[in-house]
Amino acid sequence: MIEEKFAFGNSFIHRLDPKARIIAVIILSFAAALCDNLNIAILYFIVSIVFIGLAKLNVKDVFKRIKPVFWFLLMLWILLPITFEGEIIYKFYWLEISTEGIIMCCKITIKSITILLFFTSLVATMNIASLGNGLHKLYVSDKMIFLLLMSYRYIAVIEDEYKRLLRAAKFRGFKPKTNVHSYKTFAYLAGMLFVRASLRAQRVHQAMLCRGFNKKFYTLDVYESDRSNFIFLIGVFITLATLVVLELYQGLFFGN
Amino acid sequence: MNNNENIIKLEQVVFSYPGSNITTLNHLDLEINRGDRLGMMAPNGSGKTTLLHTIMGLCKPNSGIIKIFGKQLKNEKDFAPIRTKIGLLFQDSDDQLFCPTVLEDVAFGPLNLGFSQEDAIKIARETLAKLGIEDFEQSVTHRMSGGQKRLVALAAVLAMQPEVLLLDEPTAGLDNKVKNKLINILNNIDITFLVISHEFDFIKAVTDKIYSMEEGRVLTDDKIHIHRHEHVHKHGRHPHVHK
Repeated sequence: MIEEKFAFGNSFIHRLDPKARIIAVIILSFAAALCDNLNIAILYFIVSIVFIGLAKLNVKDVFKRIKPVFWFLLMLWILLPITFEGEIIYKFYWLEISTEGIIMCCKITIKSITILLFFTSLVATMNIASLGNGLHKLYVSDKMIFLLLMSYRYIAVIEDEYKRLLRAAKFRGFKPKTNVHSYKTFAYLAGMLFVRASLRAQRVHQAMLCRGFNKKFYTLDVYESDRSNFIFLIGVFITLATLVVLELYQGLFFGN
Repeated sequence: MNNNENIIKLEQVVFSYPGSNITTLNHLDLEINRGDRLGMMAPNGSGKTTLLHTIMGLCKPNSGIIKIFGKQLKNEKDFAPIRTKIGLLFQDSDDQLFCPTVLEDVAFGPLNLGFSQEDAIKIARETLAKLGIEDFEQSVTHRMSGGQKRLVALAAVLAMQPEVLLLDEPTAGLDNKVKNKLINILNNIDITFLVISHEFDFIKAVTDKIYSMEEGRVLTDDKIHIHRHEHVHKHGRHPHVHK
């Protein structure tokens, strides 16, 4: 089941128009991802922390939310320093740890956490319907939006169906092992799931037709287009411009 | 209030699912008049759901005539405007509730009918209040219980302000509390409806006439009067009651 833990709140960010937030998160993430300087990356990280603060999110919950990425980063920290070529700072038998590898790891760590924090503070703070609304206003095709909304709505139903099928198999003594019988059973389960999903899709489509669906996307959210959205976007642009200029002329500031 | 105005009329409708050689609807005739409160009890697989889907134009008959509000309907274009006037409650509420929140789901129909956003919300809220479930307004559909989903699905259908309701096993999987609520709602609603159910008590409580289906045909003959009686076999080795 998908939790929308951060979607309900009453902060400055929560009140912003989804459209403004989506624009902001896209440009911020791109800028952070393309940044190639560790010091500047840290500045992006600080900006993302500021956003989390502005959204008044519970730090513990945010940490829990981004936890999965640490496993991915851990893998990088194990592999990159010993495989990256460059100046060797430590040698243990045949293991050579390079400075460049460690710097690379730091960059990737900070950048990926920063981007996640941007998304947590700006996108996770709206519910899925508002996200659909925002994307619609940004001229994303209605088909894509329906795809998003329908996946959100039916992923829990499909999960339920999968659990039900698996339970039925287990009640009849099925114990997953590494043998052909188990693989076959899982293949049947997956196949059954596809069949059921497609039948359900047909029924949902029929239900939509019955209620006069005419391929248009409607939404009930009302976000006043007041000045705060404009000010927010201007603020984001200025911050970004500063950081980009800083990176371009980094030699002047950091003597790199 | 039965003034015998024909709302739905099916004449000699034949339907079989593609790739199947079983005729699900076999020269079926059915008439629904304004003010009718019809029940339909028939065995599984006798084509009840197919019948409802045929009325809605979701299943295209091989032959036969479908007349709704006196007009013969032939293709998708004819059926589209009719669907907003006939409300079909699906067997599985999960099929019917596809919007993220309850309010959005109930307002989906009115929005498609061309109501403004404010009016659609107003209609949705009124419908929810009528069914006594206005507290669910902001609930997320997939997290609700089966009974709640059924009531919300009914609200979503009623929000279209249909002239006829077709209910496909509305009580399946519900407890008595929600069932009684449904009985209450249906008995206090001024709408023509056809309800399919396997539950005699429920059908008896909400309808005036009970039809059946056999071999792809509707049995409306008054001689086939579905009823229930109890009798006791008090003699023999195992005295018992038949209900």
